[in-house]
Amino acid sequence: MQTKRRVFLKGSLAASAAGLAVGAGLLSPRAVLAAEWPSAAFDSESMDNALSELFGSGDVADSGDITVKAPDIAENGAVVPVTIESAIADSNKVAIFVSKNPTPLVASFDLSGANPFVSTRIRMGETDNVTGVVNAGGKLYKASKEVKVTIGGCGG
Amino acid sequence: MSTIRMRISPAGDVLDVKALIRHPMETGNREDKSTGEKIPANFIQKLMVSVNGEQVMDGNLSEAVSKNPYLNIKVPGAKGDEVTISWTSNTGESDEATQAA
Repeated sequence: MQTKRRVFLKGSLAASAAGLAVGAGLLSPRAVLAAEWPSAAFDSESMDNALSELFGSGDVADSGDITVKAPDIAENGAVVPVTIESAIADSNKVAIFVSKNPTPLVASFDLSGANPFVSTRIRMGETDNVTGVVNAGGKLYKASKEVKVTIGGCGG
Repeated sequence: MSTIRMRISPAGDVLDVKALIRHPMETGNREDKSTGEKIPANFIQKLMVSVNGEQVMDGNLSEAVSKNPYLNIKVPGAKGDEVTISWTSNTGESDEATQAA
């Protein structure tokens, strides 16, 4: 209960600050959502930057306990099926990165009960590694898998 | 009609949830070929999943998630439990769907 109250307080403070900024014409409506959606991480153009914006640290260890499933060759970069699964205890956040995409962070999932398993379909600009990063007990772990992309899926 | 379709298969104490959301996920980089103008970005940012009203996952998506997002996750629960999925886009649109396992 206490933690929820804290989150609520923080959220409402952020929201009112954002509201003031909009009132003063400082922010575009898109930026307002930043109160919840980690826009700084999603807007980062380098993977290191996105990592530290999202997790507060860029210190990531390779781990064999994370499985990244993706095709060896993706003909269409617009639809690449990706599955990230972690066998590390207390995995509470899973994020998907594609380092050469214009903005490397694809998605992140905060887990509060769900298993550390996420399967989705993503866009890839070119042949690259798909990296799954998992936060477990305050430490970061990652694993990657290379996908050869025939036709990129990011631009027009 | 809801934009969210779900298929839930109970397996032990876990529900395997497969969801398909109808959404263009416009990146903002694409041009309208007839007018030559950029199509504004329009993509889902928040994706929340709860079981019986209790939140189990809080997802943040970007424009790098494919059009008509597909999501497969595993959440705690048993047959009869209600799974709710909701989304909000950068344009402020949203939708929600609930389904019993």
